[in-house]
Amino acid sequence: MSETARDTILDVQHLTMRFGGLVAVNDLSFKAARGKITAIIGPNGAGKTTVFNCITGFYQPTEGMLELTHATGKHFLLERMRDFKIAAHARVTRTFQNIRLFAGMTALENLLVAQHNHLMKASGFTVLGLVGWPGYRHAKREAIDRARFWLDRIGLLARADDPAGVLAYGQQRRLEIARAMCAEPVLLCLDEPAAGLNPREAHELNKFLLAIRNETGTSILLIEHHMRVVMEISDQVVVLDYGQKIAEGSPAEIRGDPKVIAAYLGVEKEEVA
Amino acid sequence: MSVLVPNDPKSAERVSRLDVGGAIKDAAVATVVAFGLFSLMLGLLTQPGPSGQLTISERPKLLIVSLIVVFVGRFLVAIFTRSLRVPLISRLISPKLSTSFRQLERFAAPALLGFALVVPVLFYSNRYLLDLAILVLTYTMLAWGLNIVVGLAGLLDLGYVAFYAVGAYSYALLAKNFGLSFWVCLPLAGILASFWGIMLGFPVLRLRGDYLAIVTLAFGEIIRIVITNWQDFTGGPNGISGIPRPSFFGIPFTSDPEGFAALFHLEFTPTHRVVFLYYLILALALITCAVTIRLRQLPIGRAWEALREDEIACRSLGVNTTNTKLTAFATGAMFAGFAGSFFATRQGFISPESFVFMESALVLAIVVLGGMGSQLGVAVAALVMLGGFELFRNFEQFRMLIFGAAMVGIMVWRPRGLVATRTPSVYLEKKKDIPAAIVEEARQ
Amino acid sequence: MEYFLQQLINGLTLGSIYALVAIGYTMVYGIIGMINFAHGDIFMVGGFLALIAFLGLLAIGVTAVPLALFLVLIVAMLLTALYGWTVERIAYRPLRGSFRLAPLISAIGMSIFLQNYVQIAQGARVKSLPPLVTGAHVLMDSGKFVVQLTNIQIVIIVTTTVLMLLFSWMVSSTRLGRDMRACEQDLKMAALVGVNTDRTISLTFVIGAALAAVAGIMYLLYYGAIDFFVGFVAGVKAFTAAVLGGIGSLPGAMLGGLMIGLIETFWSAYFSSEYKDVAAFSILILVLIFMPTGILGRPEVEKV
Repeated sequence: MSETARDTILDVQHLTMRFGGLVAVNDLSFKAARGKITAIIGPNGAGKTTVFNCITGFYQPTEGMLELTHATGKHFLLERMRDFKIAAHARVTRTFQNIRLFAGMTALENLLVAQHNHLMKASGFTVLGLVGWPGYRHAKREAIDRARFWLDRIGLLARADDPAGVLAYGQQRRLEIARAMCAEPVLLCLDEPAAGLNPREAHELNKFLLAIRNETGTSILLIEHHMRVVMEISDQVVVLDYGQKIAEGSPAEIRGDPKVIAAYLGVEKEEVA
Repeated sequence: MSVLVPNDPKSAERVSRLDVGGAIKDAAVATVVAFGLFSLMLGLLTQPGPSGQLTISERPKLLIVSLIVVFVGRFLVAIFTRSLRVPLISRLISPKLSTSFRQLERFAAPALLGFALVVPVLFYSNRYLLDLAILVLTYTMLAWGLNIVVGLAGLLDLGYVAFYAVGAYSYALLAKNFGLSFWVCLPLAGILASFWGIMLGFPVLRLRGDYLAIVTLAFGEIIRIVITNWQDFTGGPNGISGIPRPSFFGIPFTSDPEGFAALFHLEFTPTHRVVFLYYLILALALITCAVTIRLRQLPIGRAWEALREDEIACRSLGVNTTNTKLTAFATGAMFAGFAGSFFATRQGFISPESFVFMESALVLAIVVLGGMGSQLGVAVAALVMLGGFELFRNFEQFRMLIFGAAMVGIMVWRPRGLVATRTPSVYLEKKKDIPAAIVEEARQ
Repeated sequence: MEYFLQQLINGLTLGSIYALVAIGYTMVYGIIGMINFAHGDIFMVGGFLALIAFLGLLAIGVTAVPLALFLVLIVAMLLTALYGWTVERIAYRPLRGSFRLAPLISAIGMSIFLQNYVQIAQGARVKSLPPLVTGAHVLMDSGKFVVQLTNIQIVIIVTTTVLMLLFSWMVSSTRLGRDMRACEQDLKMAALVGVNTDRTISLTFVIGAALAAVAGIMYLLYYGAIDFFVGFVAGVKAFTAAVLGGIGSLPGAMLGGLMIGLIETFWSAYFSSEYKDVAAFSILILVLIFMPTGILGRPEVEKV
């Protein structure tokens, strides 16, 4: 395998998604680099979430190839895999634009559900767990420790036993990211993680995402409207408009791209500039 | 939960004067509507006359009485809600009740269990009560089994009785045709029932919640119709009689010299068998309960509850939702199978009539009333619903009527049942019950 | 061939009845996305009300069959509509915004309640009525088999067709129909642009119940008997019809009703009548698994 292939974690080639007559994504190609933060930006309705839904298997792309490569060199063709298999085997996890926590379960329980597959194996697919197998108890302790670690990272350790539904909005956003991290992804897909956050929270989110990238080496794919977040932390930006890629490059390159400015003109021009 | 408390609490403080005029208006409207509803249905009675032709007779008294009941009832409700500006019932059944019930559970559960253990001692001579207790326990076990499917995994199964039937017929056929003992047949019946659960579940479990409910209903009916019409195999509508009765681990409950009574130097009485059956179903029910509690704390149980909350989020975390649903379905079916084979050995006779849709609805009603997810709530609901109605035997015909009304009432006032709080399956510092308002069902 | 033709006529008659009930399911599902499980029992209540009204008319001396039938139709439709309205008001309206299985569980409770209510009020025995509409037209006579179209079959098919046309016109061309279509598209949005959604939903139940009442009358006239339990099986079959046609689609409900009527009739005629309910239930399962949008339904895209 060539060096460039090793550096690429996700290779999107000619992705097209049609809903009836509507073309949501049209012949999109881009590469997300391993261990980097790649942002997908674009005006509302540009097809960003659709791209995410294709990558994470919630939609079956009409055409195109989504190739994911682990650091070990193992390949996955995501367009051929079902959603839960993408999370379990290809190790791509995600968050949602409108937060999808298990509202009636505690923060801790939310993080344990994320470690479901690992714990299922440890519990001997329930059989060993039923009889109190020591191996399972050990695995459960480890899982709780991992959850504790992430709760601590997002500053919610004290709220571990509170239901996710009563947490504040910003806390729920962080918990959802922590939950996705508990599943130990190689690629973390975040759908507008800064939406609805105040500037201070957005700043903390930036630090948190950079820490995830630097400490765990997890690659991050990010949809974001908040230009400050995008410009501060992304290593690479892909700009979509009407389902098509109109620009790609480093934040600095994107900032000066006339096509991008045109797409955003009158909408978020100030933020881009 | 906006349904429960449409007004903000502050408005309750603005207690206005008694609005009698408004209440009378409400009551009058309700009475006019009730007149429309009842005039023909209650006011007139169709009956076959002497020649066999239908004749009609009037029941003015019944009609007037029911209209008065509606008027007075609506008036009282209206005067209460109009002056306090809060719906009547949600005041009566306050959310606190559910919390205090949880606290009660710690003492009530062991007390109830202790009572259940000594029932045969206390009522040894009362055969009727023992039979009733066995019935209550059978339904408690069925409801606990269904609670795994409905309460934990959030899958509405309207064909649960089909698995009960599979268990009963498996036992009856295996025991009669191959002479297998109850203790061999019991696990086989459970395995067969859960096998059927998987067979049905595999194709249908990816359907949306309400479609799934209808499909399970259809499946339950198909099983019943097949049992009714497959004469050679199942005995058709006449059912199967002469099903072997249970033995005390091989020792039969007979008056023979090798019988249970003779071996233990007791005087023979049929009550021995009844007491044995009582403890048998008690043990089976307790196993169901214990396994459920255990499963809740294992990854599979947590995945069931997560599935109930948000299926899409589960899939995004790599949970195989089909398999997870399938295990809930199969586990529930297995316990129904156990209960079914107990039913067959207890009755000694089974026929398709015992496995109609109403039975599924009855078990579902118990689960819904007791509170989805609460083991004690379900047991109390079974006790009240079956035991309570035996106390008023004259009102037997009203039983299902009240069941139906109660299902509607519970959904309107306390959609997660009387005991609606949720206890977390795992905790770091302190186990805190989660209020019902937050235990929300899936939003898709 | 003659036998086939006869079964075709019988199937279309039965299918007309199912189609009328199926419309109630499909309308309610289209607007508030719930399976109104009690709708089959509303159909049964309609049949009972018609029976009682008819006997009552006889008792007060109205013996001319066409007049009596007309009056019965009016009375049963009005009162059954009132039942539909009350059911929605008591059991479903308070549940808007509740968790997603709550309306279905409430509807099952309502179905149990209505069955037992009628059983207690009028007794559990089958009520039979002597045939009111008699006479038949021989369409074909091969010597071995006579194909005939009875007058009651004509009444059923004509009434159904007229009602369907009236109803389709109402949905496509009246204010109420427009409101209903708006609610079906998006309940919240409809409320925002000034549609009185509560009223529209109520009227949907009222219309569905009135159509079910007509179906109940037709059932009573066709089979000459009714009991408190007929609503359950007929309801499941009509729901199957709605699903087969594509739930939410009105032409689908009509088409599905006719197809279920035909399938059931031919199944009984050529295979076995014991398993005729199995045929309907199996179709329900198979359609839901392999073709959940039905024949004329729109596909749903999962919202993530």
